[in-house]
Amino acid sequence: MAHDTHHHKESFITKYLFSQDHKMIAKQYLLTAIFMGAIGITLSALFRMKLGWPDERFPLLESILGSDAAPDGLLDSNWYLGLVTLHGTIMVFFVLTGGLSGTFSNLLIPLQVGARDMASGLLNMIAYWLFFLSSVLMAASLFIETGPAMAGWTVYPPLSVLAEFQPGSGLGMTLWLLSMTVFIASSLIGGINYIVTILNLRTKGMTMTRLPLTIWAFFITAILGVLSFPVLLSAAVLLLMDRGFGTSFYMSDIVTSSGALDATGGSPILYEHLFWFLGHPEVYIILLPALGMTSEIISTCSRKPIFGYRAMIGSMLAIGFLSFIVWGHHMFLTGMNPFLGGVFTFTTLLIAIPSAVKAFNYITTIWKGNVIMTPAMLFCIGSVSTFISGGLTGIILADSALDISQHDTYFVVGHFHIVMGMTAILGMFAGIYHWFPKMYGKSMNKRMGMVHFWITIVCGYGVFLPMHFLGEGGLPRRYYENTNFPMFDHFLDLNIMISIFASVGVIAQVIFFFNFFYSIFRGPKSSQNPWNANSLEWTTPVEHVHGNWIGEIPTVHRWPYDYSKPGKDTDFVPQHIPLDDNEEEH
Amino acid sequence: MAGKTENISRSELWGGDGSPFRISYGKQWMWMFLVSDALTFGGLLTAYGFARHQAPSWPIGEETFNAMPFLGNGFPLLYVALMTFILIVSSVTMVLAVEAAHRLDKKGVIKWLLLTVIGGFFFVGSQAWEWYHFIHGTHFGSILTSQGWAVVDYNAANELILNMGRGITIVGAEATSLLENATATMQGANLLENEYAPMVPQYANFFFFITGFHGFHVFSGVVFNLIILINVVKGVYDKRGHYEMVEKVGLYWHFVDLVWVFVFTFFYLL
Repeated sequence: MAHDTHHHKESFITKYLFSQDHKMIAKQYLLTAIFMGAIGITLSALFRMKLGWPDERFPLLESILGSDAAPDGLLDSNWYLGLVTLHGTIMVFFVLTGGLSGTFSNLLIPLQVGARDMASGLLNMIAYWLFFLSSVLMAASLFIETGPAMAGWTVYPPLSVLAEFQPGSGLGMTLWLLSMTVFIASSLIGGINYIVTILNLRTKGMTMTRLPLTIWAFFITAILGVLSFPVLLSAAVLLLMDRGFGTSFYMSDIVTSSGALDATGGSPILYEHLFWFLGHPEVYIILLPALGMTSEIISTCSRKPIFGYRAMIGSMLAIGFLSFIVWGHHMFLTGMNPFLGGVFTFTTLLIAIPSAVKAFNYITTIWKGNVIMTPAMLFCIGSVSTFISGGLTGIILADSALDISQHDTYFVVGHFHIVMGMTAILGMFAGIYHWFPKMYGKSMNKRMGMVHFWITIVCGYGVFLPMHFLGEGGLPRRYYENTNFPMFDHFLDLNIMISIFASVGVIAQVIFFFNFFYSIFRGPKSSQNPWNANSLEWTTPVEHVHGNWIGEIPTVHRWPYDYSKPGKDTDFVPQHIPLDDNEEEH
Repeated sequence: MAGKTENISRSELWGGDGSPFRISYGKQWMWMFLVSDALTFGGLLTAYGFARHQAPSWPIGEETFNAMPFLGNGFPLLYVALMTFILIVSSVTMVLAVEAAHRLDKKGVIKWLLLTVIGGFFFVGSQAWEWYHFIHGTHFGSILTSQGWAVVDYNAANELILNMGRGITIVGAEATSLLENATATMQGANLLENEYAPMVPQYANFFFFITGFHGFHVFSGVVFNLIILINVVKGVYDKRGHYEMVEKVGLYWHFVDLVWVFVFTFFYLL
């Protein structure tokens, strides 16, 4: 073609910084997410030290966090809450929402649907830089004297409204809200771009039912984001008004040490409703991209078509729909009408059906497959494992009667870390290992990948499984220390074990960081289609070109799961290969 | 290795299958944005309903909003009805502008878009006027009596009525004595307190926030319309060969009008 004969060097700024190329933007998202993820998991290791060894002094803490946060090596109680809050916020929003969707939706949507780029490259670039700005604002709040936001990642009012209540509700909370407002703008712009690209820019022959399941997952994720983040925006701006302008949306009659506040008649429960209307779909915004990539990788590495392609799409749509009518299960103890609690219990338990469909489809896809154990495949199997084991405890929490004794205990912490945190992060790792050759044209080291997987999953279960027992024993979450409650003394050994697993798990990520950055520069060059996969991204050249394909975009003739098709010479038939005479589609 | 995008022809850039909705990506973008914006307003209006439901009392619109410019009080909801009418008419002129755009009729687009902008300005200006009255108070104010806060009012026969909230009113000699012994008075509204519902700051909070948020949308809509109008006058879309931008701002404008219908219903009528 004419255009690729005129190569020209783009300047450093347009190529690496303000790039409008979706592949570069994907890499920018990934690097930002890795950086934020490193901060997020380090924070968790730091506050776990306090929980494991409540009276021990760690000079390390003082040297990392400063003498305000950890005077004489003993973590300050307000800062403990600050670390917990920022850990949650960073992992949920910056790593598993912005990082996960930002990286893989950007990388894979144009490549797998067969488009030259995103619908709007400019808005895509703006979305990334807003994400970057919000990451900087959030990280910056760790460096201010009064500390970051301390009201938990859900920032419930009234705690989050006044600095009188806790120091973090001053400047730290302001930065949190600013950061989240920018983040919401970024994810809305990004999400709308993903939807429009998938609907409008598919190549010839790429019907909706020939889309890889990754694309379906990103599509439904983006829809959930576009529908739920605006509601968080309205919750956040009302909170800003309460904080800055003296309104009483969430504030009711409160008496503090300096007298009664002016506010009257507002309701903190209102905030919870608005927050969880986002908050629950947010769980699936995190989970679905990971599960979508898992579908793709499991099928490719089992050399078998995905079991129940349409059932997978249907169950994702069902999960997406149900996620909007279950938010009340976070609020069973807010004094809601028991009948309403029953309704939310019912809708929540319904989610188990499409989730089970997905879990069984993964297992039946692997069943009798010609399984190739790449690190990505291992991470996918790990992800399905945590999806099942975490999902089972979800059934307990979904029941409004059982939830009374589990609410706000470590049982909840263990549950959502396994089902949402680990499933999504393992899926994200799987995606990184699988599509690294597409991103950087190099391969990551397989052996290090395996070691990384085994340490991560063992430590992950080692941390979160015992938490269920702590929760059953009544240990509340978010507490700074439990030494004043003798009935919890016998949990101390368990807490020490959890803290050791947490530290080892965090340190083990160094293996991943090393593997990742070393392979970018020194990894062996990858071939064009290293996994013998069918989807369109592997038909593009290893070296990135703006516009993705040199020459015409391939036309699609089949679905992406023609693995081990009878009567074929190879065990895979890429999507752009026309059907033979008399060949049935699938 | 980076190819020059300018060298790739447009048909090659977007050489894929058509959209299921058969519209351009830009228009789809606007639709998706409107969906998300609708959810923001949905969140705010739901919050309003929640607060109103749990408040001990809530003033009704025709008592609070009964002033007309130059004519004084006593015209319940008349002015806001006029504002709403003009805003809806501006949607009609927008439809005509889009229709003219389909015919590539530059003069028609300019005429109807200009009228839409004027309608938008009238609405924003009226809202400013209404805020002014809301803030300064159009009533006789509220008084703090021994039985709690009461909104002062007079009926047609000029008899004193004290509105105690929860549907309780006090008239006659008891009302006069409560008025004479009042310990505090309040006039107008701000974010902390308001005379219309002295014990329910949420009334003024939500009024300011939701009508303000909507007014900001109208204002930005007027700005978008003006920018597009200038582009039309300069002939930008003649060169482009189509007037789709007019259609896109038209979508936004209709959306903003539609939201107002809900805000009007919930704040003034119910």
